[in-house]
Amino acid sequence: MKSARLKTAFRRTLRSFGAMTPILLGVLLLTALALESLPVAWMTAWMGYSPIVDAVLGAGLGSVSTGNPAASYLLAGELLAAGVSLTAATALIVSWVTVGLVQLPAEALMLGWRFALLRALFCFVSAVVAALIVVSLLAVAG
Amino acid sequence: MSQPRRNGRSAGGWWFLLLVLLAYAVVGVGEPDVAHRALATFGKLFVGLVPALLLVFAFMLVLNWAFEGKENLPELGSRAGVREWVLAIAAGVLSVGPLYPWYGLLAQLRARGIHSGLIAAFLYARAIKLPLLPLMVHYFGLAYTVVLSLVLLTFSLVSGWIVGRLTPQD
Repeated sequence: MKSARLKTAFRRTLRSFGAMTPILLGVLLLTALALESLPVAWMTAWMGYSPIVDAVLGAGLGSVSTGNPAASYLLAGELLAAGVSLTAATALIVSWVTVGLVQLPAEALMLGWRFALLRALFCFVSAVVAALIVVSLLAVAG
Repeated sequence: MSQPRRNGRSAGGWWFLLLVLLAYAVVGVGEPDVAHRALATFGKLFVGLVPALLLVFAFMLVLNWAFEGKENLPELGSRAGVREWVLAIAAGVLSVGPLYPWYGLLAQLRARGIHSGLIAAFLYARAIKLPLLPLMVHYFGLAYTVVLSLVLLTFSLVSGWIVGRLTPQD
């Protein structure tokens, strides 16, 4: 009885995993392509005019970026050293791990387009707001 | 808006993969070097992903085994309380690896009646990377790390609440 239950569960898991495989492969291929062709220099050239614009550009850059989150810390750290504001760096870090435009098709196929699009939109806006809040709180705290 | 089929079974995944391969073909014709580098990166990413995939497969198997014959998980459904929200956020903070292997598990949970808001909160809470906190402290300082982590925790709740309210439950 237990063995039959496990067999059924295994078959069901294999089926679900099989359905997920082309999506995983597609996202990985897309991620690799994005990693090799990010418009980092173009976007950073527009930063430094206002905190909100910086946050939006930082969130934009983070949204189209992908890879290990540690890379976002490195990139944000390098951008800070190059004179980019903390607001932009924070928005980049937050959106890097929350938005993930490259993963959007996979999320939509698995969890529904409405869910994925709403979440991506919320995450983008929240990256901008979070960056402004964090920098403001740090400024208040001195 | 289209909704996913139960257990994430859909031909959309194959169409998506076909479109990505077409994009590679286009890039390969225009910028062969970029396509080659991207394929090499894909290989590295895939190898790095294997442990996370095995972990997710194990979770999915346990879930299917534990709830075999039960269509829904009513206690984690639309009546999600404080305990469920805390659990979803804690699981998000503690979950490891890239995001995409988790989609299969989340799709299964959703098909079994888990509230969309809990899934959104889980996904947002993944922004807090416990193993990487020391690196963040190194780059940006302790105060920055604490403040950002608290803000992210708050936003994971807000994310769950908003997305949950705007996304109809299957």
